[in-house]
Formats: sequence, structure tokens, C-alpha cells
Amino acid sequence: MKENCIIKIENICKNYDGVQVLDNINLEIQKGEFVTILGPSGCGKTTLLRILSGFVKADSGKIILEGEEISNVPPYKRNLNTVFQKYALFPHLDVYDNVAFGLKLKKMPVDEIDKKVSKALKMVTMSDYEDRDVNSLSGGQQQRVAIARALVNRPQILLLDEPLSALDLKMRKDMQLELKEMHKKLGITFIYVTHDQEEALTLSDTIVVMNYGKIQQIGTPTDIYNEPQNSFVADFIGESNILDATMVRDREVNFVGHTFECVDEGFGENVPVDVVIRPEDIYMTSKIESAQISAVVKSSIFKGVHYEMFVETENGYELMIQDYNSFEIGSEVGLIIKPCDIQVMRKERTCNEFEGEIVDSTTVEFLGAEFEIAETDLEPGTKVRVEIDFDKVDLLDDKDDGAFTGVVNFILYKGNHYHLTIINEDRECIYANTNDVWDKSDMVGVKILPQDIRIFKAEGDE
Amino acid sequence: MNRRSSWAIPYFIFMLIFVVLPLVMIMLYAFKDSNGSFSFSNIATFFQQKEAVNTLIYSIEIAIITTLLCLVIGYPAAYILSRKDLNRSAVTIVLFIMPMWINILVRTLATVALFDFGKIPLGEGALIFGMVYNFLPYMVYPIYNTLNKLDNSYVEAAQDLGANPIQQFVRVIIPLSKPGISSGVLMVFMPTISTFAISELLTMNKVKLFGTTIQENINNGLWNYGSALSLIMLVLIGVTTLLSYSGKGDEQSAGGLL
Repeated sequence: MKENCIIKIENICKNYDGVQVLDNINLEIQKGEFVTILGPSGCGKTTLLRILSGFVKADSGKIILEGEEISNVPPYKRNLNTVFQKYALFPHLDVYDNVAFGLKLKKMPVDEIDKKVSKALKMVTMSDYEDRDVNSLSGGQQQRVAIARALVNRPQILLLDEPLSALDLKMRKDMQLELKEMHKKLGITFIYVTHDQEEALTLSDTIVVMNYGKIQQIGTPTDIYNEPQNSFVADFIGESNILDATMVRDREVNFVGHTFECVDEGFGENVPVDVVIRPEDIYMTSKIESAQISAVVKSSIFKGVHYEMFVETENGYELMIQDYNSFEIGSEVGLIIKPCDIQVMRKERTCNEFEGEIVDSTTVEFLGAEFEIAETDLEPGTKVRVEIDFDKVDLLDDKDDGAFTGVVNFILYKGNHYHLTIINEDRECIYANTNDVWDKSDMVGVKILPQDIRIFKAEGDE
Repeated sequence: MNRRSSWAIPYFIFMLIFVVLPLVMIMLYAFKDSNGSFSFSNIATFFQQKEAVNTLIYSIEIAIITTLLCLVIGYPAAYILSRKDLNRSAVTIVLFIMPMWINILVRTLATVALFDFGKIPLGEGALIFGMVYNFLPYMVYPIYNTLNKLDNSYVEAAQDLGANPIQQFVRVIIPLSKPGISSGVLMVFMPTISTFAISELLTMNKVKLFGTTIQENINNGLWNYGSALSLIMLVLIGVTTLLSYSGKGDEQSAGGLL
């Protein structure tokens, strides 16, 4: 495989005003692959693409294109072309001159330019538009010209920065198919950036899921969908039930009060884990005695192909289920989950951990705020490690009542509670479990009671 | 007439008295001989007087030289001002615009004093210097405006397609800043062609521009001939304006002042 690698990204880091946008990114892309970098806005995907095209310089790390380091090569000397998000077609040139721009710079003979431009325009079915002013074209047509303008230069890699985000749904679907077709025909490596998980699943050979400047998972669309490596990926791609669970022993996992058989091994015994079950992988039956657990149907919505139902288990967990048959609301049903449909994931964390410093015998400072604690005999100024359980973090409507304020950044529903990621001004995270409903980007006050803050003297500190 | 359109009445009256009426008067005077009857004699006299025609041609020459010098000095200045990485403060922009705060005659008198102090003889060179100095801000500002609004993604697209910095500048930045250039050219060319105060002060009346010719004739009571000369200049400026507009075409004229 090694000789097939066209571009290699090594330890790329990038800071903007002290915010880590890219944190040690490593990626290898094979020749002819269709790779999608997928993530929510602000995850660093566009910055990574701009580092590849050369518009942004990484703080550290290397980019190696076909065995040659290009980290310091200016964009105009890189054999890569970009399809920009807003197309960036030159308004002072017509369609023909836009497409011919790159070829003219290469001082190619006129008849050859002519041939290549009309071939490129034919490929994107824009042959009749050569003399048109680019401002008179529709969004979809501009997009086609932008693709032709990039591809006509025969780049080693085509970079696409959310190229379809400005188009309406129908047009987007058509263009997706056409892009995939073009990729197959030309054999050029495509690197595609998007926040649309469906687009990523449709188009890609390989998906790179990013969040908070880090790669969360790399894999084929089926891998990413069926075997997400963490709760972020599971939640971001498709619909899913993500639940707290305990790995009892190899091939046995306990959640929603029942021990299920599963196929995962090597987690250890009685280890807290997360499980992901896709809504279409839970089977419903009216024969409760033959099922693994029982539940009551709470809601049912017809979605065309299937019904989307929410059920509540005996011990209060809510699950989403997609089934071809509808079950009456209020009826009791039995649920069956096959061992291979349970995806077990290691928990990224089991409690909040921070580095802090003792201020005085009843105060500790961490996350840029001061908290009251139970009396300690540690000297002021001692560096400490602070632990707080997720469910001991109180979130308050009134920002002034908390020790500090933060913004709800990510919400994960875990069947019977929400797991929230709250970010403070310095982009540090605190995680909280709550039963209250918050919305993304709500401002919250964070309060922690003195007895819930566990303090340990930091190791290796005098 | 509804309430809103009645707001326009004061402006309408103002325009009528101070713009339309004087223009009509110029027309009337220009096509009358000293007896008050209609004739083309004033216009004909101008084309027969070699000196007057030469003065006009010379004025156009000086105006073109001034405009070109302003463009050559002003474009790079505007470019540097618009680049966030080269110029971070608004102070430099204000410094470029500040001469506009001071009255043109005061500035010109100061220039004369400077030349005297430096024992530099007044004349054509001083005239061009004075004009460029006076009208440079009118070139810088509209160009700065268009460059400032220019979407950087066009420059990035050019880079991406293989254009080196010079090619990016020639093939993308200059064409896209054309509206600013034509605004700037007009705003410098129009006043320079008709100026007379600057030329009088900076050349000790040694060099005569067309504006001076008009002023002399009017001062000497030759109202009809003076009006005819004014009309010729008006037509000249009108034609230049039209030409620069058609050059602009229907492209985005964002940022241009005219």
C-alpha cells in the first residue's frame, strides 16, 4: 500500500489566537481515493484543507506530496486545485476564460487550450455556456464551471471545500452523483470537506471524522456507521441510541438493567463502557416472554419507509426504534437486540479531571474560577488534581449564581439523561449529566458543591 | 403630490437655480455675438485662435500627465493601505486623506513658500508637483475603497490555478479594481483640466492653462467668448466621463465613487 500513498499529513498543528484548531493531525491518503473530511462547523476541517492547498501555514508538522515535502511550497506551485465553497469564479472573465485561466498561465498553445476547455466544459455539461458572463449563471451552473476550472489543470489532487453547501437539496443530490461519476472516470484523488454526514456516506471511499481539531475516526462509510469508535462519531453519523453500560466480562454487557450477549472482548471485567445501538437494529415483538426486555411504546411517527418509535423500558430508559410495523402507543412490547448489533465503545472519560491550585484551606482554583471545598491541610499554592463526577456538576439558568459561566457545546442523549459538554471562555471543557433540557449554545452558570470536589495532590510536585 | 416627494422640492429649486440655470446661461451666451443675435462666431473664433487652441491642448496634456502620475503613485499606495498584513492601522489612511481637510489655496500657497524656501524655480515642474500633491487623495481613496472590498477568494483562486504574485496582480487584482481606477481617474482629470488658481500661483503666471484663459476673458468683459470656451471644456469633460463609464460596462462597480 505504501507506494500508493499520494499525500501524507504528519503531525500538523495549528493555533489561532491561542485556540488549538488542529491538534496533531496524521493522515495518509491513497492515490485515486475519494476521501471526505467530515465534522461539525469549527472542527478544523476547512483549516486542514487550506493547509493542504497552501493558503494557511501550519505551526508544525509536514505535508508530503508524492514523497516530496511541500509544507513551504507556495500555493501557486502546488499541483493541487481547489473548488471553493463560494466558487470564486472571476467576475471579469466569461466562462471560457475562467476555465482557461490556469492553462493560459502555463503558456499552453491556444488550440490546445481550446480543446481542453471544451472537453472540461463538456464533462460538466456546460458546453453551450462558453461566452456567458459568470454572474448570469445559476448557483449550480457556477458550481459546474468551478469544477471544470479546477479539473482542466489535471491536478494530482482535487480539493473540494463544501462545494455543494450553497445548492438546494435536489441539485445537491444530482451533483453528488455527478461528482462520484467524475471521480471514477478521471481517477484523480478527491479530498472533500463537508459537515453533511449523508453526503459523506454517499460519496466517500474513506471518511475522516473530525471534532475539536482532532481526528475521531478514519474508516470506510460502513465502518464508521456500524462501528463508531466513540460517542461523538456515533451521534454525528446517523441516528443512534447511545447508553451507559457495564462490560460484565468478555462477550457480556449490561445496560438498561439487562445483561446482553455481545461480540466484544478485551475490555476487562465490570468496566464502564458506552454502547451504540442503531434504531433499525432493535427488533420489536408483541410476544414479551420471548424477548430480552420489555418496554412501553411512547410515540410513533410514520416516516415513509418505516415507523420511528420511542419506547420506554421498565427502568426508565428511552430508546429510538425504527421498524416497518407500527405498534400502538401505550402497548407493551418485547425488544430483542442481536449480539452483533451492539457496538461497545471504551468510555473517553468517567469523571471530570482538572489541574488546579490550592488558594487557601477552603478554596481551590481550576478552570479559571475559585471553588469552595471541604477543609484541606494542603499548603496554599499546592498544585492539585481535581475530580468531579458528571452528575455533581450543577447547571444554573442564572449565570451569576455559578462559579463560572460556560456555553453548552455538545449534547448527547443517553436514554435516561443528557450528557453535556460545556465550554468556558478559555475553551476548556467540563462535562455534566443532567435530566434538564438545555439547547446547544445556551449560556449556563456552573456550580459545584464543596463536598463533591475531590482533591488529590499532583504527583511529582513538592 | 404625496408628502415624501415634497421633500425633494428644496433640492429641486436649488438645482434649478445653481445648476440648470447657469448651464442654460452659458449656452445662451456662448451662441450669441456681441449684438445679442444667435451665431456660431464665438466657437469659430476659438478654433481660429491658435493660441487658445494650443492652451487647451497644453491643459489636456498637463491633466493627463497629472492623472497618470497620480495613478502610478496612488495605486500602490492604495494597495498597501488595503492590505491588512501590510497596514494594520487606520491612521495611515487618514494621513493620506488629511490634505483634503485643508483648503486647496492654502495648500498651494504653502507649496509656493516651500519652493521659495528651497530656492527651486517655479514653473511647469512646480505646477505638476502641486497638482499631483493636491489631487492624489482623490485617486487613492476610490482605489483603496474597491481594493478593500475585493473578495480575497478571487486572489486565492488565482493562486490556486498557478498564478504567481505578479500574475495574480495583473490578471485579477487590477481588472477587479477597475471601477476604483476609473473613479479616481475622473476625479483627478476633471478638476485638473479646469484649474487656474494652482497654475497662477505655482508658475507666477508664466504657464497658462485653459482655466486661466476662460477667467481672463470673463474678467475682461468678454462674456460671450468666455462662455463658449466654458462650453467647450464642459463637452470635453462630459465626453471623458462617458468614455470611462462605457469602459466600466456592467461589471460590479462596487466601491467606485462615481
